[in-house]
Amino acid sequence: MARASAEVATKPGSISLVARLAGAKTPLQARKALWGYLLLLPWLLGLIIFIVGPIIASFYFSFTDYEGMGVPAWIGLANYQKAFFGDDLFWPSLGRTFEYSLVVVPVGLLGSLVLAVLLNRGMKGTNIFRTVFFLPSLTPAVALALLWTWLFHPTVGPINLGLSWVGVQGPGWLTDQHWALSALIIISLWASMGGNAMLIFIAGLQGVPESLMDAAEIDGAGRWDKFRNITLPMISPTLLFNLILGVIGALKVFTIAFVATQGGPSYATWFFALHIYQQAFSYFRMGYGSALAWIFVIMLLIFTYIQLSFSRRWVYYAGGSD
Amino acid sequence: MATEEAVLPDIVRSRTFSVGARRRAGWAPAAVLFYVLTLALAVIFVFPFFWTVSSSLKQPFELFSFPPTMFPITPQWVNYATVLQKVPFLTWVLNSLIVVALNTGGVIVTSSLVAYSFARFEYRGRDVLFLITLGTMMLPSQVTLIPQFVLFNALGWINTLLPLWVPAWFGGGAFFIFLLRQFFLSLPNDLDEAAVIDGASFLQVYWSILMPLCKPALATVAIISFIGSWNDFLGPLIYLNSPDKFTVALGLNFFQNVPESAGMPMQHLLMAASVMAILPCLVLFFSFQRYFVEGIVLSGIKG
Repeated sequence: MARASAEVATKPGSISLVARLAGAKTPLQARKALWGYLLLLPWLLGLIIFIVGPIIASFYFSFTDYEGMGVPAWIGLANYQKAFFGDDLFWPSLGRTFEYSLVVVPVGLLGSLVLAVLLNRGMKGTNIFRTVFFLPSLTPAVALALLWTWLFHPTVGPINLGLSWVGVQGPGWLTDQHWALSALIIISLWASMGGNAMLIFIAGLQGVPESLMDAAEIDGAGRWDKFRNITLPMISPTLLFNLILGVIGALKVFTIAFVATQGGPSYATWFFALHIYQQAFSYFRMGYGSALAWIFVIMLLIFTYIQLSFSRRWVYYAGGSD
Repeated sequence: MATEEAVLPDIVRSRTFSVGARRRAGWAPAAVLFYVLTLALAVIFVFPFFWTVSSSLKQPFELFSFPPTMFPITPQWVNYATVLQKVPFLTWVLNSLIVVALNTGGVIVTSSLVAYSFARFEYRGRDVLFLITLGTMMLPSQVTLIPQFVLFNALGWINTLLPLWVPAWFGGGAFFIFLLRQFFLSLPNDLDEAAVIDGASFLQVYWSILMPLCKPALATVAIISFIGSWNDFLGPLIYLNSPDKFTVALGLNFFQNVPESAGMPMQHLLMAASVMAILPCLVLFFSFQRYFVEGIVLSGIKG
């Protein structure tokens, strides 16, 4: 069908209205435009069925009482009202997610940058080190959560054993409500520092022009001066990229908490994504879950917007406006 | 082979993989300090894996002896066999492989077609659609999750593997489309234009000219897609509910919650199962490390 219309369009002088709408002026252009749409078709459908459609549906559900079957019942703003004023777990889970992100994002970024700088020194065994740092990113989050639960075991875990060597009585970590969040933060940092962010930093570091470094050296700049005044500005776009992805990733934290602590003990690791999951898929409150998801998305959009507007002050694009 | 190398984007070809050739070699005090620091960090990264493997080979009584032993007294390889008896681990592996294969196949076929369209064709709305595509990378999956569940539920696909791979056949996702489009753009246009003038169809150009040239990029896409789909947890958690349908990641969590029989500790078995769950991705990574790293770097380079 589409093939036929493409062939019709190749006949001289027969540029159809459709082709004109596609922005084509000659038969070849028309043929190319139609083929372009045709090849795009799977993604166009995917975009509508799995992304745009669900976004609209989720927005609608958020104003309804809906259990996943039957007809959603319109209840106006009641879900949002419940979230903000009538849900004991809403604000604490949000606060906890921020607390977690506030540590994981900056420390994780700094860690990734340090690892990247170390790997960029051209020392022996760089490839092996890079692989070692990257290992956690290859590991299923479930396995990470299980093995760290075992490492954090209060009595026979190697972490508390190590602490006892230096005379410290280790806490109960994941089983202690005052320490569980810290334990999860440690796991996340270990799991993500050597991952994609590090690889992207390495690429950024290698894009720093040699000539600038040499010039600074001739002017007598020290190691730190060069890093502060040349390397950092030159890799600031990379830093922004990693920052935005880091914030999104941190706020979405789910699997390690779900597997290692199930959100406990006494809700100490009950993150926002766990709250959405539980409301939507344990209680089948699809309407309320959708409202929570929308609150989450709007928050993320605001964060990304703030980061992008602030970025004009500290990000330097060597190539001009791009 | 030589042409494949020649068409790799500059950044990938030279810089990343010949790190610091310019740096002076030698053992200044600072260099020693940095080396020791790197080594210490490497130990921190490797130790949890070492502990996992070591625990997986211990006997139950050794698990809780104090102080814990570094190495098992006699390695109990039988633990791995015990896992296979206790839970249908091989079924989970098979399910995971089905999902991974169909998922990766869908991603490769459809994301390359869509990327071809974005890179080589001109039509109204193309650039807007491409921007929308990039925008979806920022979208957290939480917001689409519930309606997707409702959709698959209405189709009767709950507790089947279908929801885990069918969407991959609809364009494969923004990240892969972006990656391949960048790659297509780095290939010279003359080649396929000449072929079109000689009468080749666009599908022939795609299949006989572009696809062979972008094997390295396709390998990258395949590996990232494999690892992402093998490690996925939330999808299987939502869509699968009977243990014989589980994937490895979900099964591992299920295994954690299997009650201990007669107070016998299970940690050695859990660790053995974890090792088996990690292994495929490690093997894949070591075999195709180059492609993997290139892909990540390429995606971040435009920052």
